Amino acid sequence: MENVQEQSVKAVDQPRKKSKWNQILKEKWLYLMVLPGLIYFILFKYVPMWGIVIAFQDYSPFLGVWNSEWVGFEHFQYFFSNPDFFRLLRNTFILALYDLVFFFPAPIILSLMLNEIRLSFYKRTLQTLVYVPHFMSWVIIASVSYVFLTTGGGVVNELLSGLIGKEVNFLSSPDWFRPMIIGQIMWKETGWGTVIFLAALASVDQEQYEAAIVDGAGRFRRLWHVTLPALRSTIVILLILRLGNFLDTGFQQIYLMSNSLNRSVADVFDTYVYFVGITEGAFSYSTAVGLFKSIVGIVLIVGADRLAKKVGESGLF
Amino acid sequence: MHRMHNTGPGRVFDIFNHIFLAIVGIVTVVPFLYVVGGSFATESEIASRSFFIIPNEITTNAYDYIFSTNAVLRSLGVSILVTVIGTLISMILTLTMAYPLSRKNMVGRNLILNLILFSMLFSGGMIPTYLLVKSLGLLDSIWALILPLAINPFNLIIVKTFFQQLPEELEDASKIDGCTEFQTFWRVMLPLSKPVIATFTLFYAVFYWNDFFQALLYLTDTSKWPIQLLLQQLVMVANTGLGDLQEASLYEPPEESVKLAVIVVATVPILLFYPFLQKHFAKGVMLGSVKG
Repeated sequence: MENVQEQSVKAVDQPRKKSKWNQILKEKWLYLMVLPGLIYFILFKYVPMWGIVIAFQDYSPFLGVWNSEWVGFEHFQYFFSNPDFFRLLRNTFILALYDLVFFFPAPIILSLMLNEIRLSFYKRTLQTLVYVPHFMSWVIIASVSYVFLTTGGGVVNELLSGLIGKEVNFLSSPDWFRPMIIGQIMWKETGWGTVIFLAALASVDQEQYEAAIVDGAGRFRRLWHVTLPALRSTIVILLILRLGNFLDTGFQQIYLMSNSLNRSVADVFDTYVYFVGITEGAFSYSTAVGLFKSIVGIVLIVGADRLAKKVGESGLF
Repeated sequence: MHRMHNTGPGRVFDIFNHIFLAIVGIVTVVPFLYVVGGSFATESEIASRSFFIIPNEITTNAYDYIFSTNAVLRSLGVSILVTVIGTLISMILTLTMAYPLSRKNMVGRNLILNLILFSMLFSGGMIPTYLLVKSLGLLDSIWALILPLAINPFNLIIVKTFFQQLPEELEDASKIDGCTEFQTFWRVMLPLSKPVIATFTLFYAVFYWNDFFQALLYLTDTSKWPIQLLLQQLVMVANTGLGDLQEASLYEPPEESVKLAVIVVATVPILLFYPFLQKHFAKGVMLGSVKG
């Protein structure tokens, strides 16, 4: 490291560059500190980016990236003309839409309700309880769901057969897959989602409430004219962030809950890449699918950033 | 506080609100209570009673069984090892990288920040990463569970932002006292960062403890499976029993209480962590909402 820097200093003779090198030398500790992290990013993030070239090859593990045959856009053409493409697009899109419509508002509503509780002991206990599932793994959540929802012994089905006289096949019925996924997300993450809204609510100026009371505003008018405007920018920025990650429905969760019976509605881009790539060994084809998803993802994120700036927020980056 | 108009519709709302939130709280924890209760119940009680939290007859049979097998103890050991080593490596890498990047006078800082930002937007994806891990010879090694995800870029940016807002006079003062950059970082900045360190230690530890997918991707050797992957195979993959995963050929499909006991064992360590760090993480999450 030292050696390389000395040589480089000798090599440059322009005074401006020289002072830059002097500054680097003076603060060599900073560079030494940043080095391990930098190596991490180059090795584990940028080398795989280079590995994307196999999407344009017929990659064979024996020949390696250097010697495999180039096929251009063949894998993309195959994917776009494949009925799988529309199925994946549809499943991903519908799950994202469900997430936006059902899950997104849930933490806002829950934090507004928590905010109305004046008993601080009760409020704190509730908060501690609803945060806990966030720290559980998807495997735990999925396992508990299996135990509860399975037919022939699951708690929910035992109760259902007592109440309506029949069981519902939640785990393997395509009709129940999406509600089950959204239900799990709500159970796991709604409580945690309130953290940011409760913080925004805590920073609302109490005088505004007092002024509103003097003006004769009832509870719901105060909610409408004081509380909700205070949450506006947090809601907008989170909504835009969510739009930017529209294609990213929880991969682990969907993988865990999908099976051969509900696959028609459960397959999304990420799980497809796993099944076709890792388990079936179609490396090049599944890399092409992954690349397609990444590019659409970037377009969505950049678009969301523009949108954020347009509505007067400071944007994402 | 604004406690007027506490009659009429407001009062009805209060009552409704308290009841609704109590139900939310109960719905959140009842499944866990059932799992814990069931893990101490006899097989016949689970089969005959549809729902209970405290079993009529308490037995530790399920725990006796799972701790008599190699599979559970061994995978708990793997999980503990991965969590401890992984969290340590992640925290060291994150802190040492975040600090230089928080210094505005560092030459090349923007280049590195853009490199990080771009890696958050675009990635090689699952297959190229898998091929990299394979060519590094990390398949079937617990390092494959740690190294590929050692730095979480979001955490890194938040820690950087935290260092950035510490007063500049501090580093000037320590420089005058003759500290090197590293000494400034070690003796001045780190002691001021305790809440951040606590928060991200928790986040990284939870991440490593909870991961099953890295293991599913990179480990075929069942003796290196972490507890989450063992649990997944046990509950979700048909016809896998603990017996399958032991050297001993004694095949015995997992019974209900055994599954429940493994769920408990995979959850409890995180719950033990939680109260110690809970007071810190609310603060840490607030930092998260500060834009980098």
